[in-house]
Amino acid sequence: MSEKEQKQKTRKKDGGKIFLEEISKSSLTITILAIVAGLILGGLLVAITTEEVYQAFDISFWEGIKTAFGAAWSTYRALFYGSVGDPGKIIEAIRGGDANDIRWAFNPFFDSLVVSTPYIFAGLAVALGFRVGLFNIGAEGQLFIGATTTVVAAIYLKGLPAIIHVPISLIAGFIGGGLWGFIPGWLKAKTGGHEVINTIMMNYVAFRLCEYLLRGPLKNPDGFNPVSADIQDSAKLLRLFESPIRFHIGFFIALFAAFLVYLLLFKTTWGYTLRTVGANPRAAKYAGMNITRSTVIAMVLSGGLAGLAGANEVLGVNHNLALAFSSGYGFDAIALALLGKNNPLGVVLSAIMFGFLRNGAIQMQLSAGVPIDIISILQAFILTFIAAPAIIRTIFRLKEPDIDIDAVTLSGWGGN
Amino acid sequence: MKPVLELKGITKRFPGVLANDKINLTLNKGEIHALLGENGAGKSTLMNILYGLYDPDEGEIFVDGDRINVSSPRDAIAHGIGMVHQHFMLIPVFTVTENVMLGDETTRAGGFLDRKTPAARIREISNEYSLEVEPDSFVRDLPVGVQQRVEIIKLLYREADILILDEPTAVLTPQEVDELFTIMRTLVESGKSIIFITHKLREVLTFADRITVLRGGKVVGVTTPKQTNQNQLAAMMVGRDVSLELNKKPVKVEEKVLEVENLVVLDDLNQVAVDMVSFEVHGGEILGIAGVQGNGQTELVKAITGLSHPIEGSLTLLGKDISMASPRVITEIGSAHIPEDRQRDGLVLTASISDNMVLNTYYLDPFAKSFIIRADKIQENAEKIIKNFDVRTPSALIPVGSLSGGNQQKVIVGREFSRAIKFLVAAQPTRGLDVGSIEYIHTRLLEKREDGVAILLVSTELDEILELSDRIAVMFNGKIIAVIDGDTATKEQIGLLMAGVVDA
Repeated sequence: MSEKEQKQKTRKKDGGKIFLEEISKSSLTITILAIVAGLILGGLLVAITTEEVYQAFDISFWEGIKTAFGAAWSTYRALFYGSVGDPGKIIEAIRGGDANDIRWAFNPFFDSLVVSTPYIFAGLAVALGFRVGLFNIGAEGQLFIGATTTVVAAIYLKGLPAIIHVPISLIAGFIGGGLWGFIPGWLKAKTGGHEVINTIMMNYVAFRLCEYLLRGPLKNPDGFNPVSADIQDSAKLLRLFESPIRFHIGFFIALFAAFLVYLLLFKTTWGYTLRTVGANPRAAKYAGMNITRSTVIAMVLSGGLAGLAGANEVLGVNHNLALAFSSGYGFDAIALALLGKNNPLGVVLSAIMFGFLRNGAIQMQLSAGVPIDIISILQAFILTFIAAPAIIRTIFRLKEPDIDIDAVTLSGWGGN
Repeated sequence: MKPVLELKGITKRFPGVLANDKINLTLNKGEIHALLGENGAGKSTLMNILYGLYDPDEGEIFVDGDRINVSSPRDAIAHGIGMVHQHFMLIPVFTVTENVMLGDETTRAGGFLDRKTPAARIREISNEYSLEVEPDSFVRDLPVGVQQRVEIIKLLYREADILILDEPTAVLTPQEVDELFTIMRTLVESGKSIIFITHKLREVLTFADRITVLRGGKVVGVTTPKQTNQNQLAAMMVGRDVSLELNKKPVKVEEKVLEVENLVVLDDLNQVAVDMVSFEVHGGEILGIAGVQGNGQTELVKAITGLSHPIEGSLTLLGKDISMASPRVITEIGSAHIPEDRQRDGLVLTASISDNMVLNTYYLDPFAKSFIIRADKIQENAEKIIKNFDVRTPSALIPVGSLSGGNQQKVIVGREFSRAIKFLVAAQPTRGLDVGSIEYIHTRLLEKREDGVAILLVSTELDEILELSDRIAVMFNGKIIAVIDGDTATKEQIGLLMAGVVDA
């Protein structure tokens, strides 16, 4: 092989890395505009899938437009009522002064936060991986394993005070998820096996393992469905309000986790190492960093955070483990990590947004009759608007001939 | 007589940059015209406009007095303008004939490829200009110098009269450079005209008929070799006086710092790249490793800096065996490394300047207190280095990737030189840099030498090796085939050694 070919070989570019670099360049304005554009397109979609709109167009054009806006408006109003609450009801409840009514009125808002919580954990998991240049597509599987180990600790450890039992159960979740992240991390570091493939495969192993356990050893002996027994009361995450509000301290634990991830990434030598390995592994090697170790640690931490998402659901919401306990948090987490530009604060904000959309969508389906899938489409629109420019820039950078890269290497415009 | 090519008022803007500002250039028939300028001066933009790769925002191009429109390389060729890029556009597994006819294939009846006619034509061209290219050989088997001639044949085959050569000497040995210029002379004598792009002053003065100097997208002067000299040209390129003569003081050579014995290193493809190499570097000495790129220098540096490990032989740095040591251990012993590929190995382009300046010391006091990063100390350190090493940047917090090449290299040099070091590996420390930055980095290297640091300088630039080195080791095919005294070595002598000729 000639020297030139070799050179080209070493110059082979990783599209994924470039994409991450590009997406991190997109500004806050782009993110906000993407959300607005996504909402507009979503509204349009609602309008064109509504029967009445067509009927109205038969009457007159303006009638059609009016009905279209009406359909979009009622959808988004239902989404708002479902996620934040109905302002009318809230005012009424406060005026009425009945504690139960007030709780019901505020319930949508708090329930959105409850839904946001696993998103925060899982989003942090994926974002941490991205920061280290790892595509952890296995957050969902890690979340399942984390939930499983948590449920084991929360059911079978008995007689502990909550102050000990809750942390132990959370740690069990972290360890379970971390183990599920460790395997692809270790494979990547030692054999170069790509983490995307391995984490996806680990997902299926996790789902089936979980299913086996729920149909076998972990199955609630009194029940018929593949659901575990209920966890000990001492392992439950504290709920801050009375029923029906499910809001629990898991949300604050998630915020704390985000803060810890921020400290780790940006304030410690370990974080410096991880970020350097992620941004330029060759420079990391040059600087004497241990890439193998960083890769494994990053995957363990990432898996652990995803595991906490599962633990949070078990300890805070369901109090048992069922097969369908996750609505794809681990997969949505990939999107929201990108939306949050892999920054802990960004992840928290986009997780809250996702939580509100998801929770609102359930109400929307009930009251406006709009299918819940509209939310997936909305999320997809938003993400597309953010990702598309980055994807296009990535394609262009991948297509860039070597000669241009050299020109950049050598000078950049206006050298010196 | 009308000039064969005339560019009038060429202007090209890129977002935020005026790459070409009303450039005028005339090329006479039978002339070798050098286009001289630093990186980023606008040379390549101008030539890409001429070659139809960019559209100019303003300006006109005339060939033989007629105004032409060039919107693609095909147009350029149609008007007799051909370009040899710095990186050859050849397909290694094709023969010379196949490469030359590519894109302009001749066919026999029935659409079958006709190789014979072009081969004959290539032979003709080769003989006419004494290019010595065999049409049936495979490009992958040809030395770089000959590959370049294949590129030239491609243009002549398409009957180009105006040849643009982009940095044609960057990849050649000194002997190949001489051959190239002989060929260029033959070409212009038979009526071709040549524009050659370069930033090497010596070549310009020896081989050009006329010189146009660009700076910051503008023509700053048109001159001839007779009217000017190196210092004047350098000043025109940089925009200030540049001292090209280095002040190299005699330094007392101290004890042995690095000892390399019978080193064997494999490359990425598990081929032997460094083959039984032995040498020593002493404190206060610069040992230059000369050689054409790809003769094992990269792998040698990797082994010495811990980025790879030798399969045989020993490496001893300050009395410690480092053959299996990690880069961090080697750094901590007191070694510094200016890597060959500064953007890929030496910097994290997306990270800030200040972060890059602690790339290999971030975990040490004062930059970290146990495991907590101390941003204020890192910032202080960056500001100090920026000041001491004259890094031109508005702030220490902007990504290092937004700096120019010269300033990026200053970041690396600043980082590596700001530690207490006893040994330094400088691999291609000035590759692609402008005259001003080269001058600066050379001065800094000599300062370190005076401080008693042992320096291993790996460079494919012969001038650099000759100017700086106390001793010169020439690498060829993975072996060090000679070590000669830096003061008495001549360019010709090293040039022959670089080509593998030992008994010269």
